Amino acid sequence: MTATLSPATSDASLRRFLHGLPAVDKVGADARAARLGTRSIKTTAKAYAIDLAISMVDLTTLEGHDTPGKVRALANKAMRPDPSDPTCPATAAVCVYGDLVEVAKQTLTGSGVQVAAVATAFPSGRARLDVKLADTRDAVAAGADEIDMVIDRGAFLAGHYMTVFEEIVAVREACERPDGTAAHLKVILETGELQTYDNVRRASWLAMLAGAHFIKTSTGKISPAATLPVTLIMLEAVRDFRDAHGQMIGVKPAGGIRTTKDAIKYLVMVNETCGPDWLDPSWFRFGASTLLNDLLLQRTKLATGRYGGPDYVTLD
Amino acid sequence: MTRATPAARVGVRKTSKLFIGGAFPRSESGRTFVVNDHEGGFLANAALASRKDARDAVVAARAAFPGWAGRTAYNRGQVVYRIAELLEARRDQFEGELRASEGVSAATARQYVDAAIDRLVWYAGWSDKIAQVVGGANAVAGPFFNHSAPEPTGVVAIVAPRGPLLGLVSVLAPVIATGNTAVVLASEAHPLTAITLAEVMATSDLPGGVVNILTGRAAEVGPWLAAHMDVNGIDLTGVEDPSLARDLEIAAADNLKRVRRPRAEDLLAPPALDRMTDFLEIKTVWHPMGS
Repeated sequence: MTATLSPATSDASLRRFLHGLPAVDKVGADARAARLGTRSIKTTAKAYAIDLAISMVDLTTLEGHDTPGKVRALANKAMRPDPSDPTCPATAAVCVYGDLVEVAKQTLTGSGVQVAAVATAFPSGRARLDVKLADTRDAVAAGADEIDMVIDRGAFLAGHYMTVFEEIVAVREACERPDGTAAHLKVILETGELQTYDNVRRASWLAMLAGAHFIKTSTGKISPAATLPVTLIMLEAVRDFRDAHGQMIGVKPAGGIRTTKDAIKYLVMVNETCGPDWLDPSWFRFGASTLLNDLLLQRTKLATGRYGGPDYVTLD
Repeated sequence: MTRATPAARVGVRKTSKLFIGGAFPRSESGRTFVVNDHEGGFLANAALASRKDARDAVVAARAAFPGWAGRTAYNRGQVVYRIAELLEARRDQFEGELRASEGVSAATARQYVDAAIDRLVWYAGWSDKIAQVVGGANAVAGPFFNHSAPEPTGVVAIVAPRGPLLGLVSVLAPVIATGNTAVVLASEAHPLTAITLAEVMATSDLPGGVVNILTGRAAEVGPWLAAHMDVNGIDLTGVEDPSLARDLEIAAADNLKRVRRPRAEDLLAPPALDRMTDFLEIKTVWHPMGS
């Protein structure tokens, strides 16, 4: 991997670069992820990990039946996840559909909690580019701090890498605001549809070369969503990308992470793969909804010494 | 087995495990303890449950609760009756275990297994009748229908008393027949029969998680169940140490669990209704009369 990369000039040059990336050892990646998952994190380290994980949550609701009331409730929960304990950190962001950005923003303005919006014909990404760009501009105009876009998996699997690349570049431009600032761009690879680990590595590099601020595993609408091995491959990609380009890219596993134990496994993997630089909500996020409740239950268990239950956290 | 012959085969011994969520896992802690027979000789190793096994069992019981409580009382009665049917079919095994662990005569073992099966049938019958007895229509001073009906409390933790089979059945059947789900800590002295009973329940149409059986020490696991905020009731029948029972009752007060204290009772005598009513909530509904 050389530092003088400008492979994005044509499909052929992109293909040469992406297919020149080292192949992923699938068995090795699975075994590495499984082994890192066996670390035992207890007492003060666990308390630290739980608070860190809470501060990394993108509290997400992406349902057809989302209402303004539900989004307001979620936004309030994001600011004060445990209303009975002011030492509990806020989550990193609230993630909603574009039309509910304004509602979330009203509640969250000034709180430090970001508003993320999914855009570009989420979750399938099956729309014309101008529709996707309009979708993005609309969300940014409504006040979104972060845009979660989906890549065109069909084009990627067909080998039209330049199409995918140009689309990401275009969406990134659409993230710019009139005042010169820009919303952060998270690029969803939808790894559950990419078939192989090699494709995950290629898609990660493609997204990073095109200017993603974050690479994100999944929409949460496809099973399997985030898995440990897939996230491991993406973490290796951002680590290598920094070595090659000196630029840090964030990683966001999303979907299927429901327990504190799972979340801590991811944090261990981040630390072991990329180092502590990435143990920060600016560089690692969890896309989740039910995870937060389990983190709160475990946090209460550590504080009070007794097990809690679903009666003591909010339903959402 | 005093002499080895070429034809002698190696015995296939059963690993006694826990019963959580319809599956038979080992203890999360990997620990076991030795169970002795009535003469103090080695009988088997049983899984020694930890607080995390208790936590897992409560999660399983909570998950099973809406489905079990939502079934018709008639159907719950059928399922409990089914446990009795299967127990009858495997009575030889239970009688053998009773004789090995207690050293009782064949006649006594048969009497206790009979009583346990009959106890299941008794509570199976009560399942769809208890509401008529403890609920009913109330006379009120106004144009309203006013009805009271019992509903299950939720997840009930049970410390089972001594008495390998009858003791366990006597405390468990009333709790599940009324629609609660149970986390049972089997008697420390008799864990093996409890797990054999779990095998019966696992094959008797009882949904996974309705009954969860832990084997281990009441003094170790009991406090975690008593303090658990997601347990709605606790039956301390099998707690023999009065100071432990007191501590558990205090721990249980935090989320206002229903507590049944240990008391002297004759397990062979026909039971009263209190084991069912202790873990029921009465809901009263007002409804306008007429047009």
